[in-house]
Amino acid sequence: MKYVDEFRDPQLIGGVAREIARSVDPHRHYRIMEVCGGHTRAIYRHGLRDVLPENIELVHGPGCPVCVLPTGRVDDGLAIAQRDDTILTCFGDMLRVPGTHGTPLELKARGADIRMVYSPLDALRIAQDNPAKHVCFFAIGFETTAPSTALTLLRARTLGVRNFSVFCNHVTIVPGMRAILDSPDMRIDGFVGPGHVATVIGCRPFEFVARDYGKPVVVAGFEPLDILEAILLIVRQLHAGEARVENQYRRIVLWEGNLAALRAMASAFELRPFFEWRGLGFISQSALKLAPAFADFDAEVRFRVPGVRVTDPKAAQCGEVLKGVLQPAHCKLFGTQCNPEHPVGALMVSSEGACAAYYRYVHRGEPVTA
Amino acid sequence: MCLAIPGQIVAFDDAQPLLARVDVGGVRRNVNVGLLADDPLIAGDWILIHVGFALSKISAEQAHDQLRMLQAMGEDALAIEEIRGYTFADGGERR
Amino acid sequence: MAHGAGGKASRRLVEGLIAPLFANETLAPLADAAIFPVAACRIATTADAFVVKPLRFAGGSIGELCINGTLNDLAVSGACPRTIMVSLILEAGLETATLRAELEAMAAAAARAGVAIAGGDTKVVEHGACDRMFVTTFGVGVVDERLRLGAQHVRKGDRVLLSGPIGDHGITILLARGELELEADLRSDTRSVWPMVRALLDAVPDGVRWMRDPTRGGVATALNELARDAGCAIALHEDAIPLRSEVRGACEILGLDPLHIANEGQFLAVVAERDAQRALEAVRAVAGGEDAALVGTVQSEPARAVVGITGYGGTRMIDMLVGDPLPRIC
Repeated sequence: MKYVDEFRDPQLIGGVAREIARSVDPHRHYRIMEVCGGHTRAIYRHGLRDVLPENIELVHGPGCPVCVLPTGRVDDGLAIAQRDDTILTCFGDMLRVPGTHGTPLELKARGADIRMVYSPLDALRIAQDNPAKHVCFFAIGFETTAPSTALTLLRARTLGVRNFSVFCNHVTIVPGMRAILDSPDMRIDGFVGPGHVATVIGCRPFEFVARDYGKPVVVAGFEPLDILEAILLIVRQLHAGEARVENQYRRIVLWEGNLAALRAMASAFELRPFFEWRGLGFISQSALKLAPAFADFDAEVRFRVPGVRVTDPKAAQCGEVLKGVLQPAHCKLFGTQCNPEHPVGALMVSSEGACAAYYRYVHRGEPVTA
Repeated sequence: MCLAIPGQIVAFDDAQPLLARVDVGGVRRNVNVGLLADDPLIAGDWILIHVGFALSKISAEQAHDQLRMLQAMGEDALAIEEIRGYTFADGGERR
Repeated sequence: MAHGAGGKASRRLVEGLIAPLFANETLAPLADAAIFPVAACRIATTADAFVVKPLRFAGGSIGELCINGTLNDLAVSGACPRTIMVSLILEAGLETATLRAELEAMAAAAARAGVAIAGGDTKVVEHGACDRMFVTTFGVGVVDERLRLGAQHVRKGDRVLLSGPIGDHGITILLARGELELEADLRSDTRSVWPMVRALLDAVPDGVRWMRDPTRGGVATALNELARDAGCAIALHEDAIPLRSEVRGACEILGLDPLHIANEGQFLAVVAERDAQRALEAVRAVAGGEDAALVGTVQSEPARAVVGITGYGGTRMIDMLVGDPLPRIC
């Protein structure tokens, strides 16, 4: 068992697809949101649309940390990179995200010391290797990634590394989901829950969706069989008139989550009163900042971060796409002014963004007239 | 969001017990297992890796259960379909 | 700096180090231009520039890469490589041993291919103006008269042949840089593809329509260019694409698509459907071509696109690479 190919088995996929086709009510339309950008990408990457009935509509959710990061925060991070004797480290995902005056990659080409890391621990090691420089880690990600930043901060404190800081942009998924559920034009029937976030926070935090909004949530893995099974379980709940949280990803996700990870987060972070999400606006208690005990490592405390505010481009309809009101191709800018080479809206930036995924895997590189 | 993949623990570093040597299809990297401190690991265990950290220990039992259940469901669906007389092409394509 | 200034030091570099390593009749006069005879025929020319970090990596080095890369551009144009010119841009302070090792690698790669290095130039630039060593090359080949290659010759129903496992070079380089702290028993695939191409052309001279070596941008980019130029669709059978477990593992970890990763020792060919099996057997019979596979089919729809097809009938559009492949975590 290698936990990958077994879950891409064509025969088993055919079987689940048949069961879905047999189960759906042909007179009913199903709108299912996959919250996580990883699911969006997997759905396109594996061509799952082709094995699903026409009346199951998949709506791509807000779970892409790069996509929901507002331009102002990118500008703030790049302002840190332009300080003297500073190395800004970030994940590869961030390198092509445009700020007002260009992407981190472009700034690097103009001479800024910006380095890609695979892990926040690599950023800490760069700090240890460059004692004469200050090394800032541009932290992004949901609860999947936040514990790694937390452990890195704890380690930095233990080791007494003085030249290391974190520019914290971690966000939490539940308030983002609530914002979508509270939107008056919301028409989602059920949710494929973010399996990797759930490894950390468990399944319980999604119970409000079922309890308060009457929508099923199935926490799911990222292989084709996982996603198809989750869709089937949602369809079955809808037919039974139920709304529960189910855990499809039991080989990985414990119902109560990862308590050690939650403890690490609790010691390193606290909730921000509010945080801006691209396309969705300000959402209260939806992001993390460093706890006061880690003020020495907090880039926002150590440096005068400009706190730039940039309004989302008006013509881009990212908010509507995020809420599932609009399909990516129906946005006025899709494929014309807004494309992966020159993204205007947030969702075109990361390959997990709904629009970029749609563009890459469905669209043929020509303007869409629909 | 959150690219995380399964890998198998090959060995532990005696000097740094929180670092495990992990193999993914022949590619090896040190992975921090500090987030699994509550659940002792041994070489041979499979873990879910994200940005150099192990997030969860993978349960072989649950994986086998899921695959068995899906296998049985696929067979049932096929049987019912044959009775009803509508068919799928070999590639899983609908007709 | 003096080595690039054209005086005695330059002469010492050329006569003392370069000429003996590259020794051949065409180069021997050390004149301003090399002169060699060609029969009345079509000539293929190609120019290429090589910058790679690190200079040496598992399975190869910049010296070997620059010769093989040039040979391969000629080979996939259906041209038997005849001669190569090599120009060096060296950073002041580059160790002689490093330079010698790369020149030896060039000489060995050229010798293996039976091609003469007929000339070149050397410049030394100040420290920091280049990263140790850059190489530019110029290659000349004689085109096989039987061939009519080009996207315009590609027809619906033609098959796409791939010479071997993809992504070995790009992933080897990514790992060799050490930033990601990943290790794998993986080597660059840098090699001349001419022996395989020649076997293919000899087996089915009328059946080969188009060839390309999928270097930067990988198989996805090469096939997208074909689809655009030919106005056709390429259906790629994802399960048929040869791929080493280590390349796949690294791509899973880093969130990369192997179809976007660079190769330096593979080629893609579009062959007529009736010749596809014979073409495959001919390439497989050459040492190093054992893993060749028929990976795709030319279709008319969706025009100008590459479509991946999974074993269970799922489809996806396979786009060109935008920029460099960047590892991602989300």
